[in-house]
Amino acid sequence: MKDLTGALGAIIIGILATLLVYWIGNFLISKLPRKMRLALEPYVFIGPVLIIIGSFLVWPVIQSIRLSFMAEELDGSTTWIGLQNFRDLFSEDYFWGMIFNNVLWIAIVPIVTVMVGLAMAQFANNVGTRREKFFKSVFFMPMTISFVSAAVIWRYIYAYKPEGQEQVGLLNKLWTNLGGESQAWLQLQNFQINDLLMMVIFVWLNAGFSMVLLSAAIKSVPEDTLEAGRVDGASSAQIFFKIIFPQILPTALAVFITTIIGAMKIFDIVLAMTGGNYGTTVLAQTFFLEYFSYGNTGKAMAAVVLLMAAITPIMIYQVRHYKKMEASR
Amino acid sequence: MTSIRRVFEKYRIGSTLTLAFLALIWLIPTVGLLITSLREKTEAQNSGWWTAFTNFSEQNWTLIAYRDMISGSNLGTSFISSIAVTIPATVLPLLFAAYAAYGFTFLRFKGRELYFSIIIGLLVVPLQAALVPVLKMFISFTERTGIPISGQYVAAWIVHATFAMPLAIYILRNYMSTIPIALIEAARVDGASNFTIFWRLVFPMSVPALASFAIFQFLWVWNDYLIAFVFVGNEHPVLTYTLLSMLGQYQEGWQTVAAGSFISLSVPLLVFFSLQRYFVRGLTSGAVK
Repeated sequence: MKDLTGALGAIIIGILATLLVYWIGNFLISKLPRKMRLALEPYVFIGPVLIIIGSFLVWPVIQSIRLSFMAEELDGSTTWIGLQNFRDLFSEDYFWGMIFNNVLWIAIVPIVTVMVGLAMAQFANNVGTRREKFFKSVFFMPMTISFVSAAVIWRYIYAYKPEGQEQVGLLNKLWTNLGGESQAWLQLQNFQINDLLMMVIFVWLNAGFSMVLLSAAIKSVPEDTLEAGRVDGASSAQIFFKIIFPQILPTALAVFITTIIGAMKIFDIVLAMTGGNYGTTVLAQTFFLEYFSYGNTGKAMAAVVLLMAAITPIMIYQVRHYKKMEASR
Repeated sequence: MTSIRRVFEKYRIGSTLTLAFLALIWLIPTVGLLITSLREKTEAQNSGWWTAFTNFSEQNWTLIAYRDMISGSNLGTSFISSIAVTIPATVLPLLFAAYAAYGFTFLRFKGRELYFSIIIGLLVVPLQAALVPVLKMFISFTERTGIPISGQYVAAWIVHATFAMPLAIYILRNYMSTIPIALIEAARVDGASNFTIFWRLVFPMSVPALASFAIFQFLWVWNDYLIAFVFVGNEHPVLTYTLLSMLGQYQEGWQTVAAGSFISLSVPLLVFFSLQRYFVRGLTSGAVK
């Protein structure tokens, strides 16, 4: 109860403080001569945010990069050691396996998420409003589930009991019914099967997001282009691939990029399903393990810097894309 | 044959069956969780949840796992911790972001494009990149002033609010730029200050966008594990934290973890089903988190 009143108090104080910041800012500049007022007024609006983002986001990121070139002693003092942290990270046994896993996530997950979302959106567009609404809610529902809850759900599906006992995991039940031997799926490293099974969870969680965006795009395809196709006698498959698909390509690309970012940063699922064991570790998980389990700041920061380096091209793409959109507005 | 085909087309049976098949795959995991949470320990341990269907009447349906979770373990306090983290972390960034979005949309100043490009770039920066230095910052602040931050709710509020801001500004600016500029100009001609225009005109008009963002942020914070783990940890364990540590130790049985998950799911599901419209609108207005 104390926690709740604390939260309530924080909201009220927070809102009042925020209002006060802007009110004082506004009051002060209103006393200035007109020219100065016009020059300074924008900063009353964006200044507080620039300060917050600067001190709790931009500055820490720069610090992280700096720390990746430092050795940290127990007392917190740091010394410059150049690329040693990166060399240490590269020479870890898990390093190339980890990079391979990250690449696998990026190669498989975004394309599958887009395709599944597209199938959902296209079929749902065909069945009338009431059915469409129902199915969309079903597909969308996992988006509200946390990675931890998803892990609870899927660990039970992948659960393992030795041969001869009754299986409680759905996957092993199906597998043994088909004549297979029961498997500890999450420990199965052949062909990275355990990785693939975790990717299933990601797609299950995110296909709804992909569906919503693609569905909106499909609905905005002009009716007369579809009608023209029908008049020319195109089949519904032809209409989809030759008329609809080219027009929704920009949206598909946007979903694809967003999912790539999610797949690159993948962390929670791996943490909750295998903890990075059995050859499933990824960059973000390595950061977590090196810092919080082994207290190895330098190596953890090196992993973070690699992750950021991988994301930078996408960041540049996003900024360019925004500028292009802005220019055509 | 042609008449069967016509019936198929009229009721769109092909599409509906495909969707029904997909829906089954999408629903089964959660349904399995729900059924498991309603079973007894030995049953959950020794037989699959689907057997509850085949011998429906012999199955002992029970709410004991929920009772155990709420009274027996600290899930009740975790629930309150989750609320205490989530609500301020949702409300606080809104106002800051709305002000900034107004500045970026309606005011001209030097460096506007540059600042906004940086904000777009920050949308994709991974959380992990800032975590450790922020933690160090909080700790050294506490050493200097004696005011505890890390381990308190306020640490999670600050971090969540900061990381939400780029997305919030982006969504709100996209929305505000659809407000006719003539409206703003007219108000200026009438002598209204930007402060007044923001409060009287732009803020009330932006309520739909504010709502979509708030729902997003609420779900994001509620479901977050990393920030809760690093900045609040076991001093005020939130639901995700408690669930994950329970997942490591099985002796309680699957049915209790399942019940715990369902309790934690219930709030986002409620939010989702009551505010689905805003949620979808928020997604389509450009979420890239």
